[in-house]
Amino acid sequence: MPELTYADALREALREEMLRDPRVVLMGEEIGVFEGVYKVTRGLLKEFGPERVRDTPISEAAIAGAAVGAALGGLKPVAEIMYMDFLTICLDQIATNAAKMHFMSGGKLRVPFVLRTQYSLGRVHGAQHSQFFPSIFFQVPGLKVVLPSTPYDAKGLLKAAIREDNPVVFIESGMLYRIKGPVPDGEYVVPLGQCDVKKTGSDITIVAVSRTVTEALAAAMKLEEQGITADVIDPRTIQPLDLATILESVRKTGRLIIASDDVKCGGIGSEIAAQVVEEAFDSLDAPILRVASPDMPIPFSPTLEQAYMPNAQKIIEAAKKLVG
Amino acid sequence: MSSSKSIQPVSHTDYAKHGLTRQTLLDMLRKMIEIRRFEERVERLFLQEGALIGPSHLYLGEEAVAAGAIGALNENDLITSTYRGHGHAIAKGVPMNPLMAELFGKATGTCKGLGGSMHVAIYPEKGSMYATAIVGSGVPIATGVGLGLQREGKRRVVMTFFGDGATNTGAFHEGINLASVWKVPVIFVCENNMYAMSTRADYAVAAESVAARAQAYKMRSAVADGNDPVSVYLAAREAIDAARNGQGPTLLECVTYKLHGHGVYDKGDYRPEEEVEAWLKRDPINGLEARLLKANLATQSDFEKIEKEVAAEVEESVTFARASPVLPFDQLAKYVYVM
Repeated sequence: MPELTYADALREALREEMLRDPRVVLMGEEIGVFEGVYKVTRGLLKEFGPERVRDTPISEAAIAGAAVGAALGGLKPVAEIMYMDFLTICLDQIATNAAKMHFMSGGKLRVPFVLRTQYSLGRVHGAQHSQFFPSIFFQVPGLKVVLPSTPYDAKGLLKAAIREDNPVVFIESGMLYRIKGPVPDGEYVVPLGQCDVKKTGSDITIVAVSRTVTEALAAAMKLEEQGITADVIDPRTIQPLDLATILESVRKTGRLIIASDDVKCGGIGSEIAAQVVEEAFDSLDAPILRVASPDMPIPFSPTLEQAYMPNAQKIIEAAKKLVG
Repeated sequence: MSSSKSIQPVSHTDYAKHGLTRQTLLDMLRKMIEIRRFEERVERLFLQEGALIGPSHLYLGEEAVAAGAIGALNENDLITSTYRGHGHAIAKGVPMNPLMAELFGKATGTCKGLGGSMHVAIYPEKGSMYATAIVGSGVPIATGVGLGLQREGKRRVVMTFFGDGATNTGAFHEGINLASVWKVPVIFVCENNMYAMSTRADYAVAAESVAARAQAYKMRSAVADGNDPVSVYLAAREAIDAARNGQGPTLLECVTYKLHGHGVYDKGDYRPEEEVEAWLKRDPINGLEARLLKANLATQSDFEKIEKEVAAEVEESVTFARASPVLPFDQLAKYVYVM
């Protein structure tokens, strides 16, 4: 199977969907002439022209608002917000307008757009350019929240997101853009709301999202050398969440670790833990542990940032506590 | 870019010269009366009968803006509205029955009772595409709708409404800047009713006028008398023509005044008495009727006929709303996502 980088896989998804559906337009800062800060939109301005690949001013509220409006006006916009941190500037448009339009219109309005963004934890970008706070978005019913961890998923999930009839917040990891992975030639989509079971074991379940999936897999390999085998599960989307696959695994292993880059308080791990406790308390042989970022802003110093981030070693330590 | 164009008053003797037919004028009058009588009934349902609760922002006094501006649109053009949207909806042709039912929270409402007064104007069946309750947030959304219409290439336009207060938000400035950059076919209609809740525009808007703000964005602008539907209509028509012809957006400021306060429970008693009295004398409906009489374009009996028909329509909507059911709670989940 041919290999592509995560960034190129995303680009292929955009390109294929633009060829497939003339309603797909791209908008965002630096996406046209500059071809994207991470080159995800490389070549697209040349191929599709400025009518469909639209550079915008630095106006996050207007980018998000225009994406919402363009969706109302019959297009399928894919808007890019350069850093996830900047989503707070346009949160009103996403959370208070787009997410509620279908509901509060009694089902009449549809706002099919994708808001692509990325978080740069691990890239030494400091407190204002590294944040990862997906839980804000699953706190807002009406949005779908997608977190691809591989080039294969990046392409298949983005294609599915563009074909959605609902607003989708599509969160990429800046640390993953240059990783390579198998991406088949030709058409495929990865449906939203299906976990990917990356590895199977019997002693422990490790749920990991986005960048931490690679860390979880590395941890599982090390643990296996020590006789502890793990299921490693990537939910891929947290809204909708494929809880059934996670529960099935937990019922088998009796132990659960949730790894993610967001801060521990009120994060992805908190929500998955709560849902597992509600549904499968009797299957748990040990407390659920979360391996997440500490509840503090992200430090700049490269050494401190590394210490701050969830990693394979922290997952191994958590696993040993549970299977001690 | 030159400063804002100020729309000069048009004498009733010159209506024909400006392409205003009797039918156009009577249509605008009818819409204004529909809005006025609907809103008066809504006010009674809130304040006297206690039949309605929740926030509601009436269009009383501003009828000429919706009637004039929307009156200049084609039926297949689009609008977006706000939490003060009853008037926009009526002017765009949304029937009163689903409007009133929405205010009652009933399943037969424009939004099946899930939106309420602040979103009642959402009625895509008539091209009323959205109504936001977050001040200013509709401006970039309208820019996006305009992009859709520009791509569609059928010379349709979108008109978006907001108040003077909205022009102090970041969303407004980002939204009109982007609209100007992209030259989208949008008419930004500011209903400058001189107060954002109780905060006076002459205190809070740090500009010579709302329209003057357009110059900072290389955008065409005009100021119309928001209590004269003819003034609004002529200004809107020019802006609409420009948008259709690919000349981009216009910021149209319509200076008007609320008969009562910000919301239905607000008496507006922070406004100087002499100011209120001066504006009451400029009632948009009385004004148009007087000029139609002078121009021999209508008679008192024409007005009476309209009043009678509208009164029946309003009462019918109340009966309809009262008799309608509430959406069963167990159905709500299916409205969260498009399945």
